[in-house]
Amino acid sequence: MAIEFKPSPSLPPPVNSVGALAWLRQNLLSSPLNVFLTLFSLYVLYLLVPPIIEWGLINATFSGDSKAACTGGGACWAFIGVYFEQFMYGLYPSEETWRINLSLILLVLLVGAFAIKTINKLYLSLAIILVYPVVAYFLFAGGVFGLTVVETSLWGGLFLTTLLGVVGIVASFPLGVLLALGRRSDMPVAKSVCVVFIETIRAVPLITILFMASVMIPLFLPDGMNFNKLMRVLIGITLFSAAYMAEVIRGGLQAIPKGQYEAADAMGLTYWQSMILVILPQALKLVIPGIVNTFIGLFKDTTLVYIVGMFDLLGRIQAANHDANWLGTTVEGYAFAGFVYWIICFGMSRYSMAIERKLETGHKRN
Amino acid sequence: MTDRNMALAQLEPGEEAIIEFIDVNKWYGDFHVLKNINFSIKKGERIVVCGPSGSGKSTMTRCINRLEEHQKGIISVDGVEMNDNLKNIEAIRKDVGMVFQHFNLFPHLSILENLTLAPIWVRKTPKKEAEEMAMHYLERVKIANQALKYPGQLSGGQQQRVAIARGLCMQPRIMLFDEPTSALDPEMIKEVLDVMIQLAEEGMTMVCVTHEMGFAKTVADRVVFMDAGEIVEANKPHEFFDNPQHDRTQMFLSQILNH
Repeated sequence: MAIEFKPSPSLPPPVNSVGALAWLRQNLLSSPLNVFLTLFSLYVLYLLVPPIIEWGLINATFSGDSKAACTGGGACWAFIGVYFEQFMYGLYPSEETWRINLSLILLVLLVGAFAIKTINKLYLSLAIILVYPVVAYFLFAGGVFGLTVVETSLWGGLFLTTLLGVVGIVASFPLGVLLALGRRSDMPVAKSVCVVFIETIRAVPLITILFMASVMIPLFLPDGMNFNKLMRVLIGITLFSAAYMAEVIRGGLQAIPKGQYEAADAMGLTYWQSMILVILPQALKLVIPGIVNTFIGLFKDTTLVYIVGMFDLLGRIQAANHDANWLGTTVEGYAFAGFVYWIICFGMSRYSMAIERKLETGHKRN
Repeated sequence: MTDRNMALAQLEPGEEAIIEFIDVNKWYGDFHVLKNINFSIKKGERIVVCGPSGSGKSTMTRCINRLEEHQKGIISVDGVEMNDNLKNIEAIRKDVGMVFQHFNLFPHLSILENLTLAPIWVRKTPKKEAEEMAMHYLERVKIANQALKYPGQLSGGQQQRVAIARGLCMQPRIMLFDEPTSALDPEMIKEVLDVMIQLAEEGMTMVCVTHEMGFAKTVADRVVFMDAGEIVEANKPHEFFDNPQHDRTQMFLSQILNH
């Protein structure tokens, strides 16, 4: 008679391995060192958090029209309130700021449309990459359809920061891909051009490039021929970021096994087909953390345009600190700037993690 | 006798060579990896290439679709000489399928997308048609039910069968196999060899680098033995295994058959 195999039923987990108490025990109190570190951290939090809350919320003043109104001894947020519009839009005329808001709403709607299943993703991407920038440019600058012209020298605040960041990111990414491919190319001319470009740009600080763009280039241009300073700065930022991007992407290209290149070649795919269909999708996915790292770095580096006389978010805050009515509000200004930058950069980092999870096909088992 | 005549002498009169090596030499730096290879393969022939590692058998096979360049001599495939002309190389690669030791499926594409990629982009087949053909070949290698999974979700044997189906989707005239079973667990080797035997029986021209001597005995028209970059011996399987001509061949066979 055959003996039937009957697995014994699973036992419930022991009481001290699940629940909040077990979590505490495992993560915070598992060894004497851990107990000490936990207590020490609690002490540091006790030292830091209550004074910050007291300064920032309890004793803070939220309205008023000069520093004199801030009598609570805490933060003077009234300063941020009064200057808020300047921090957001720079010196862009108040009655025209709807144009900036409208373009932002348009962008959010367009990007949000990706979530709609029935929409053609290719057309949508083309609309965002090709049509939207033109529309946004004319909204910002004006001069058509009865919109008043707004000089770029008036653009500023978070608007300028975002503009520099977004244009820098969107333009430097494809350029970086081309530079990375060029650096690994078999063609000696393309390869040396890319190597020289990348190594030159990486060897120079961004400040130098911005100075070149804003001060030096106009000196070399013939009389009467000049183009916008904002444009020159944008080109400088894009080129700078593209060189870093290229090296990040090259790392990804090198991580793709030789067999993938060979399989693509053996099928008869052309160079561009095998790069676009086979190699780049894998390589870019691998280096998403590095790419986002570069993007975040670029976004924060845009504050350097202050040096060449452009007033981005940080520039506007520093300028407002010199207002005689609001002397002594430096800390509030920088705290606000830090908070805004943190929100945006943290958002970018979470977004990149979401993309990574979405693209993961390696070890997924159903 | 000229080199070309030497290569042609292996054919019966009136037969046309589909792959021809004429005095082919290749170096990796100073290392002379292929030495005076003269060999031709006729349409529908099944060739098994064996030999110790480093003997140049993979390199020779990879020269056929120019994954490797040779520096001297002539290789022609389907009447087209393989040289720096990219157009020629791309044209030949359309007609030559290749299966690799490590499968080399594209991990970011589903099985079905792996199979339809080249038909859609190289042959310009409409997507729907390409998918039908892909399903047809997946059924032949018996994994049609996995079409929507990703390569990382399949076993090694399944991946290699997908790789064979991927090669067949281009409806090639020649299939190259570069040690297709060397990276597989023993119990998976059979499922892959079965597919290859079936393919051989249908008359596909095959060049197969392998250590599977059972496969060589069953399906090969000729077995080629290489050592140190040279073709030492090439003969019909029963002659090759029962009556090896060369000392080096005898030694190799005694080593792999008696273990």
